[in-house]
Amino acid sequence: MIEIDSVTKSYGPQVVVDDVSLTLPDAGVTSIIGPNGAGKSTLLSVVSRILGADAGAVSVEGLDVFRSPSKEVAKRLSILRQDTHMTARITVRELVEFGRFPHSHGRLTPACHAAVAEALDYCDLGDLTERPIHELSGGQRQRACVAMVLAQDTRYVLLDEPLNNLDMVHATGLMRLLRGLADHQGKSVVMVLHDVNYASAYSDRIIAMRDGAVVQDGPPESVITEHALEDVYGMTFRVHAVDGDRIAAYYR
Amino acid sequence: MPTPDAPAAPATPPSRAHRTAGRAAAQPARDMANSPAHQPRDRRLALLFAGLGALLACAAALFLTWGVDGHWDFALPRRLEQLAALVVVGTAIAVSTVVFQTLTQNRILTPSIMGFDALYVLVTTALVFVLGSAAAEAIPPLAMFAVNTALMMGGATLLYRWVLGDGTRGLYTLVLVGVVAGTLFSSLSSFMFRVMDPNEFDTLMDQLFASFNAIDTTLLGIAAVLLGAGIIATYVLAPRLDVLTLGRERAIALGLEHQRTVTVLLVIVAGLVAVSTALVGPITFLGLLVANLGYQLTRSHRHVVTLTAAALIAVVALVLGQAILQHVLHFAGTLGSLINLVGGVYFIALLIKEARA
Repeated sequence: MIEIDSVTKSYGPQVVVDDVSLTLPDAGVTSIIGPNGAGKSTLLSVVSRILGADAGAVSVEGLDVFRSPSKEVAKRLSILRQDTHMTARITVRELVEFGRFPHSHGRLTPACHAAVAEALDYCDLGDLTERPIHELSGGQRQRACVAMVLAQDTRYVLLDEPLNNLDMVHATGLMRLLRGLADHQGKSVVMVLHDVNYASAYSDRIIAMRDGAVVQDGPPESVITEHALEDVYGMTFRVHAVDGDRIAAYYR
Repeated sequence: MPTPDAPAAPATPPSRAHRTAGRAAAQPARDMANSPAHQPRDRRLALLFAGLGALLACAAALFLTWGVDGHWDFALPRRLEQLAALVVVGTAIAVSTVVFQTLTQNRILTPSIMGFDALYVLVTTALVFVLGSAAAEAIPPLAMFAVNTALMMGGATLLYRWVLGDGTRGLYTLVLVGVVAGTLFSSLSSFMFRVMDPNEFDTLMDQLFASFNAIDTTLLGIAAVLLGAGIIATYVLAPRLDVLTLGRERAIALGLEHQRTVTVLLVIVAGLVAVSTALVGPITFLGLLVANLGYQLTRSHRHVVTLTAAALIAVVALVLGQAILQHVLHFAGTLGSLINLVGGVYFIALLIKEARA
């Protein structure tokens, strides 16, 4: 379990995450939604120790993420950030091999090669393994970054807006892949999403944030409702049942 | 489409099930395909290093034997000493620049941008200014070197701790502070130049612009020791340097103790810059030149490879440059100015290329 205990983070006078306490589960897909500036990405950055917290604590399977050896945390928790831009001139395979760093410290074992091959295969990157990262399209690069996170082989996989810049073909493909990770490999996938309908269709649990605080937390049936969404976003929603999913309309 | 209510079996698209089933069978084939994919590159690198090694041997032979005219017992020990100094300086500059460029994720920066060599000039100038040239000359070069190196390494650590805090402001803040500090150091030095007695100034210039023609052997020994320590530390840290090329956030996500690693690497860079500056004074462009040539020739992201290539190129460039300076140009200039000429042209070419890319 990931325990988030009274985490507060401010940028200057602006409190971005305000005394948030949450417990993230051992398995399943958890989505965090909310308007821009609600503190979703900041919360994810603090949980993954990329940002320090001003107050509060975060622990992964009992390990304090800020005080424990970083390598131990990296064997349990991985994060995919929004920005897939990279200055390094490396191939897809080399990028995915970096995912083994917490386990191998740069010397790849046969087990590492197997994990890399499996991650490449799982993300359908077989034809692209020797291509340089900077020559790939946005969707391909996103898949390569997901493969690196998979090669890291952690129980908890955190993703910050993984659907950014993806068309619906690639977005749906990626969501299926992430759902499969939770269903077939027993991982806990936690992601920040802007599209409430992807969150609705794929999540076991949805956490909604507004002004740095958690305002809704529950299964899609309880969070994807007109009343709850209006409370989170401050605009009008119509929620329809479509083929068993709860789909929110908010275009007019 | 998979839904949370109906996960598992129906959620799996047919292609996925097929792929999962096929994976076990595909595994051995893929593993075998694994090594051949790396082989041509490994062979190319082996050839490259063999070539660079041969070039280095030729350059060294040329440097040692050109125009000796039978005075072997006079020329050879002196030239061997010079050669050793060139090797130490070249390696120090190459390694420090490659590490610094990885830290800043920028291939057109060199450690001198952080004001490291400006600090060296300031300390030497201040000593002559305050104590007078006679007293300053009486200070053993070893002590002078120790003071300078300690100051530079301490300065780098303090600067990093103070400026960066939790590290989120990024290395560019640090570099910017370094630039400002470097300008301050040079201004202070040039102020002292202006108010200094002309004779003292002459002595100072002698000390500051040390050359390969007059090397202090005591200093060369300690410099070589420091260089050795720095190189061992860098090669031990090489896998972490590889991870650092992915950027701070990915490095942390992969379990790198980012702040500690960067601090250690900056201290190493400071030490290496101290080594090269103390021996031959500031050589701005050599690091830039050899680091980028190293990247271009190896086309590798692995620091074990790029560091070695850059160091070899640096030593070859220095040895050949010094030989040409002595025998073709007959000392009409310094190795520093020769390097700055070649390096400056290369730098402009690099900028134009980066602007077009």
